[in-house]
Amino acid sequence: MIKLNKALATVALAGSVAAMSVPAMARDTISIVGSSTVYPFATVVAERFGTKTDYNTPKLESTGSGGGMKLFCQGIGTQHPDITNASRRMKASEYELCQKNGVTDITEFRIGSDGIVIASSKDAENLDITLKQLFLALGSKVPVDGEWVANPNKNWSDVDSSLPNKPILVMGPPPTSGTRDSFNELALAAGCDELPEAASLGEDEHGAICESVREDGAFIEAGENDNLIVQKLIGDKDMYGVFGYSFLEENSDRLQAATLNGMVPTAEGIAADQYPVARSLFFYVKKAHVGVIPGIQEYVDEFTSNAAMGQNGYLKNVGLIVPPREQLMNLMDKAENMPNLALEELK
Amino acid sequence: MTDQPSQAELVRQSLKRRYRKERRFRAYGILAIAIALSALVILFADIIGKGYTGFMKTSITMEVNLDGEMMYLDDPTDKRQLKMADFVEPLVQALIREIPGATEEDRDEIRGLINPYASVTLRDALKENPDWLNTTRTMTFLSHTDVDVYVKHAGDAGYSIKLDEQQKAWVDELLERGVIETSFNDVFFSGGDSRDPSKAGILGAIVGSLLTMFVTLILSFPIGVAAAIYLEEFAPQNKFTDFIEVNINNLAAVPSIIFGLLGLAVFINLFGMPRSVPVVGGLVLTLMTLPTIIISSRAAIKSVPPSIREAAEGIGASKMQVVLHHVLPLAMPGMLTGSIIGMAQALGETAPLLLIGMVAFIVDVPDGFFDSATVLPVQVFLWAGSPELAFIERASAAIMVLLAFLISMNALAIWMRKRLERRW
Repeated sequence: MIKLNKALATVALAGSVAAMSVPAMARDTISIVGSSTVYPFATVVAERFGTKTDYNTPKLESTGSGGGMKLFCQGIGTQHPDITNASRRMKASEYELCQKNGVTDITEFRIGSDGIVIASSKDAENLDITLKQLFLALGSKVPVDGEWVANPNKNWSDVDSSLPNKPILVMGPPPTSGTRDSFNELALAAGCDELPEAASLGEDEHGAICESVREDGAFIEAGENDNLIVQKLIGDKDMYGVFGYSFLEENSDRLQAATLNGMVPTAEGIAADQYPVARSLFFYVKKAHVGVIPGIQEYVDEFTSNAAMGQNGYLKNVGLIVPPREQLMNLMDKAENMPNLALEELK
Repeated sequence: MTDQPSQAELVRQSLKRRYRKERRFRAYGILAIAIALSALVILFADIIGKGYTGFMKTSITMEVNLDGEMMYLDDPTDKRQLKMADFVEPLVQALIREIPGATEEDRDEIRGLINPYASVTLRDALKENPDWLNTTRTMTFLSHTDVDVYVKHAGDAGYSIKLDEQQKAWVDELLERGVIETSFNDVFFSGGDSRDPSKAGILGAIVGSLLTMFVTLILSFPIGVAAAIYLEEFAPQNKFTDFIEVNINNLAAVPSIIFGLLGLAVFINLFGMPRSVPVVGGLVLTLMTLPTIIISSRAAIKSVPPSIREAAEGIGASKMQVVLHHVLPLAMPGMLTGSIIGMAQALGETAPLLLIGMVAFIVDVPDGFFDSATVLPVQVFLWAGSPELAFIERASAAIMVLLAFLISMNALAIWMRKRLERRW
């Protein structure tokens, strides 16, 4: 039994030694954090990279854009991530946090966009609508005489007389979908913010009112299958649908897109951030880790390659709005030179 | 006086009511068990109904002409050549030959039947067997996930079939001829995670779980038992030990995510340990399991009758001899049972692992305690959130594997208790 005693002591000691002796361990796998919107694209690149090359497959954590920035800017060293993905640009405050913690040299890659369209059958009356009108048509609660009440608008023309005199009927993705999140945030909330009544909402109320869709049958959740929405739109001329830009493009012979805030969605407009319901996707590379953690340069090369982001690239198949060819060439140059991001660019 | 019913009469009158009450009481008990059981049956039926197809894979077996010229390859040992070679072309050509009536013009549709990673399988096969070059071999490849979904779920409203009519006709024909086959999904048990549902496996998650559990066990069991022995046998009964006891009981009820926050602050930020590794996961889960082990170990020690201690002391054993020779062996079954239940709890945890980076897309199977890893429940979580419908059945299949682990751990705990328990 003294043996047992000794064994206990040894195990306890070994445990604490193991716990203490880790710092500054070498790492040979790229560590990537950040946006859940970029995650489905970056994981595909990472896996292709892992099978194509002799490097380990990078490890990806979906932490959200903000969470990723926080981890990324924590410092230089193998315990900190090498790359962070973001569905928005780095904020000046985040850049300063990075600088403060010694992460001085960062390269920014704008890898493409994510656009959401409202479309209908070519035979239907097209919508020319502002985001504010869109919120008044689809929000779960709208202001009437200064009070937030359940949305009373039945026809588009109830919102504004310039809109068609037809019942509001929109099919869109379910709340589990990232498209729905972006739609709520970029279309509805933006429209809501244009209402004077929205200014007095608290933060929680703002989220609950401005980013919620009505549930009285005017908005129909169609499941994750965007093709189903397309079919319904072609069959029903009163119906409008919400989905990713790529589906509009694939069905451009049968569908027409609504004009939002005066903008018709085009790949160029989305890529240039002019279309209101679009956002650019980014990733940021910590230059101090290039050459220290094996494979970062090669991973960036793979991401910016024509095979991934070209017009027939595999990222297009998983739904990324790929940048136009000139931009892709710029990205390739960037991958080669890794220019530093400057604070002025973010302001 | 005589019109008053006698005592015996009163009892007889109430008897019926009492029996009824008893029957009702028993019926409530049966009802409660029935509700619990039916919930379990519904859960199992749902998971098994959705997930059993996850244990099946769809593959294509065909004669592939490994023509070096077609692949731009004349030396499969040359890394540079391997990089530039075209491993897709032989597959497409082989499948075109398998489909009567298909021509070169259908190549895009035919390519859509083959898994995108089949070319990697071909490359690795050639790398391993360079002499296969310029021969014709019968090889088996995974089908495209769209084919897999069509073969398993044609007509199922929950799935969308992405193949077009032409492709469907081809697949039907190939299925009939046995070129396309469904078989046991060995890929699922031999691979790591993937974004392609056909290629995704749980081996990485299983290994990650085992490594994490090993660290947890090796730390939490000795520490927990030592703490329990000290508190039960040596510690004086005073305000301070009472305070410790209250705190241990409180810790057992702390939400597990708090331990994750603690792990992030202490092990990663303070000690600078790497993210996403089983060691940190094990440490965090140790903190979480410790209270369970201490509490059950103390209960086990308490249940050892004082007469044993007194008898040992009576023949001159020291306090330490009493504990190590008599109390500990007798309390061990209870301690082990408690530990196994604590470990089973830890096996099913995801929340604390989120914060220390073990909820991540990790393809390579970990081969050490300091290698990035995820665990089984995390794999379920990641797949359940994936947009691809084919991941639904994989997630359910992974749940079944996780349940099998949990059931066997709990069965082990019961068996040990039955086997080692001593009655007084």
